[in-house]
Amino acid sequence: MGTYLLRRLLGSIPLMVGVSILVFGILQAMPGGPLAVYLDNPFITGKDIALLKHQLGLDQPVHMQYLKWFEAFLTGQWGISYSSGEPVAKLIRARLPATVLLMGTAFVIATIVSVTTGVYSAVRHYSAFDYTVTAFSFLGISMPVFWFGLMLQLLLAVHLRWLPVAGFGDAANIADVARHLIMPAMVLSLLSAGRWSRYTRAGVLEVLSQDYVRTARAKGLPERAVIFRHALRTSLTPVVTIMALDLAGLFSGAVVTETVFAWPGMGSLLIQSVTKVDYPAILAILMVSSFAIVLANLLADLAYSVLDPRIVYR
Amino acid sequence: MSVVNARATVTQASSLYADAWRRFARHRLALAGLIVLLILGGSAVAAPLLSRFAPNALDLGNMGSAPSRVHWFGTDDLGRDEFSRSLHAGRVSLSIGILSASAAALIGTTVGAFAGYYGGIVESALMRLVDVVLSVPPLPLVIVLSAITKPTPLILILIIAGIGWMGTARLVRSSLLTIREGEYVEAARAMGCSSLRIIIRHALPNCLAPVIVAGTLAVGNAIITESVLSYLGVGVQPPTATWGNMLKNAQSTMTTRPWLAIFPGLFIMLSLLSVNAVGDGLRDALDVRLKT
Repeated sequence: MGTYLLRRLLGSIPLMVGVSILVFGILQAMPGGPLAVYLDNPFITGKDIALLKHQLGLDQPVHMQYLKWFEAFLTGQWGISYSSGEPVAKLIRARLPATVLLMGTAFVIATIVSVTTGVYSAVRHYSAFDYTVTAFSFLGISMPVFWFGLMLQLLLAVHLRWLPVAGFGDAANIADVARHLIMPAMVLSLLSAGRWSRYTRAGVLEVLSQDYVRTARAKGLPERAVIFRHALRTSLTPVVTIMALDLAGLFSGAVVTETVFAWPGMGSLLIQSVTKVDYPAILAILMVSSFAIVLANLLADLAYSVLDPRIVYR
Repeated sequence: MSVVNARATVTQASSLYADAWRRFARHRLALAGLIVLLILGGSAVAAPLLSRFAPNALDLGNMGSAPSRVHWFGTDDLGRDEFSRSLHAGRVSLSIGILSASAAALIGTTVGAFAGYYGGIVESALMRLVDVVLSVPPLPLVIVLSAITKPTPLILILIIAGIGWMGTARLVRSSLLTIREGEYVEAARAMGCSSLRIIIRHALPNCLAPVIVAGTLAVGNAIITESVLSYLGVGVQPPTATWGNMLKNAQSTMTTRPWLAIFPGLFIMLSLLSVNAVGDGLRDALDVRLKT
């Protein structure tokens, strides 16, 4: 187990290096390059561009630029944002909590909803409840996130006036933030809840037909103990992996949700940086989110081994 | 007479795909999905015939009117007929969805086939590439790519395909690992078939089923990606209508003209529902288990 963990940990280092090369390379290859933002400006001449290129080290060979950037990135120097003039690290630190709050809340909602409905559907499979859950999870999977957000705004905020349309609210007032959080968190959790519910149902159904579950029933254990103590643990193992793999998708969803609800997180920072062609900010956001995804996959592997005692690592 | 009887007792041989079609036709949800999808596709193809107004024809005396007998879905802020625009948008949105999913399937199959067939360093290199691309959050990556390149529809298709091929590559690679050990592959090699011919003629037909299922489900993903990009303003540019940029347009006037936000979204949802239903049916019919 220890050596396995170490190997996985070491394996994610080349992965992150690969990600950094991919992200850096893509932005390098873009038309206009990092100074694209200045090219349309009539007050900046070709001479200025050349000077800027020299100052920023953009006249050096690509691999030297990459090495310099990567070294600086590792030491926490993420550059200065073109558009706001502030250090990128500071911008991200300011935006990260809102995204973590949104994604965390959505993750908790989706987990609770999907595990309870999934388990219940599997235990009562082919009941009316099961069909309802299946229909709703199918709807959740097929719902365009941003449209669902718009429709909720229309219904809950504009017509019923129960909730604020968008924004973060007064950060010092927890109740106010919570009121602003309800709709975006619901919207973001919908897709994951639908997907995970189906996986939970399938996982529990598969485990319920196994011999050790029959043994547990045969020795007279109450059904509740059979499900929760024996079946659930093994059947949730694949779901945990899916959850970790879906984290990339959850972040993608957060980008859209934050835009719809004007939520001041990493996603709306990305959209702002993209519209202003702010290369340092774009690079840092992609790197930070990729790093989080690699880390999540690592944790999923760990959880896998803790949850399923049948798995032995060498 | 006896000949006829003899023929009747012989069971009709049926191919894998004929069997699959029979199973698919029994899957009611999938069949319904297929019908809805055909209607959506048909109405997109026949959009100029079905709509009384051109999609970009302005009617400045009739801006933002509610759904009526003349304008079934109402008109937008420039007086353009929302019904006509929704149908014409289907042409762009559906074809971008289908073409990018196909391109992704093609890239994924090629990468997976080479990795699985050759093994060794080719495999490690290609599969590490898959791992790397899977580690970058997909939507932010396409947003960045299409915001900077300001893509034409063709480039947009390639960009969307660029984040969707990895799953197929993994599927095809793992199928080829077993296929390449098969005796018929050895026989083909002994007869002097080139590697490329073995991959295309002998190996790929045997791992087509999961590729078809994954590809179908990928159409839904591609449709949603295009609509999100256009909604954010970095996808297909106006005046060409897509469901995504119609929603972007509708957002600012949503409180007074909700119909502009409702109809394009319904089209996206209907196409996703039907594509997913068809994908589900195909998965059951072809008996495919998709990992990840």
